[in-house]
Amino acid sequence: MNIIALLVGLFSGIAGAMGLGGGAVLIIYLNLFTDTDRLTAGGINLIFFIPISLLAVTIYAFRGAVKWKTVLPLAAFGLVGALCGIYLADIMGGEIIGKIFGVLLVLMGIKETFFRVAKDKKE
Amino acid sequence: MSIENVFLEILPHGGGCMKLKPITVIGGFLMGLANSIFGAGGGIIAVPLLEKSGLSKREAHANAVAVILPVSALSAALYLIKGTVRLSDASPYILTGIAGAVLGTVILKKISPLLLKRIFGIFIIYAGVRLLTK
Repeated sequence: MNIIALLVGLFSGIAGAMGLGGGAVLIIYLNLFTDTDRLTAGGINLIFFIPISLLAVTIYAFRGAVKWKTVLPLAAFGLVGALCGIYLADIMGGEIIGKIFGVLLVLMGIKETFFRVAKDKKE
Repeated sequence: MSIENVFLEILPHGGGCMKLKPITVIGGFLMGLANSIFGAGGGIIAVPLLEKSGLSKREAHANAVAVILPVSALSAALYLIKGTVRLSDASPYILTGIAGAVLGTVILKKISPLLLKRIFGIFIIYAGVRLLTK
């Protein structure tokens, strides 16, 4: 266990709890700075996220911040998607998935950074 | 609110009838699909879906975590069963990750969502470019 891994865990946890996709932080680290297989990196991230999101959701639920009526139906269809995704991931393979992920990150980053600013400012 | 009450409210016969919107069905499905293919990203898709359902940006961020938890848990279980990943692969990151998560729930109350998005956006642009040129 090294200090970098601990720091990566810390920042992923912060981003994860904020619904920012802490996943991205950990996966990016695993892909860019270690030789972890692409699909394994995804798996690590999914496992990593469970205790963290469990904790975050518990905290938000105690604050009364979780809108179950909106959350549960969305999660239900997410589960169906997740089942299909596992098989698709095998068919696509790590290399292609990594490249698509890279493109998505850039697009998402541009959107998050530069767009919908007017709407966000109102809050 | 207990979990039983939640389900009663969602089911049509439990008082107010809740219609499923296409965005919930299609958006939810695609969110789960992407999350399990990439092992990440479900939260980022869940946030705008929740905003479209009428939640504020701040609420959407908190609730996205609740949406993606069961979805990620299922994907993780399937990855483990297939042997793509072992529990020990993830263990070095989990302890500080939990500390970060506690910090995150506090920061979310204080920081501007816009600033949050900008910091994160710049970081992932950099990472995406690095991934493509790797």
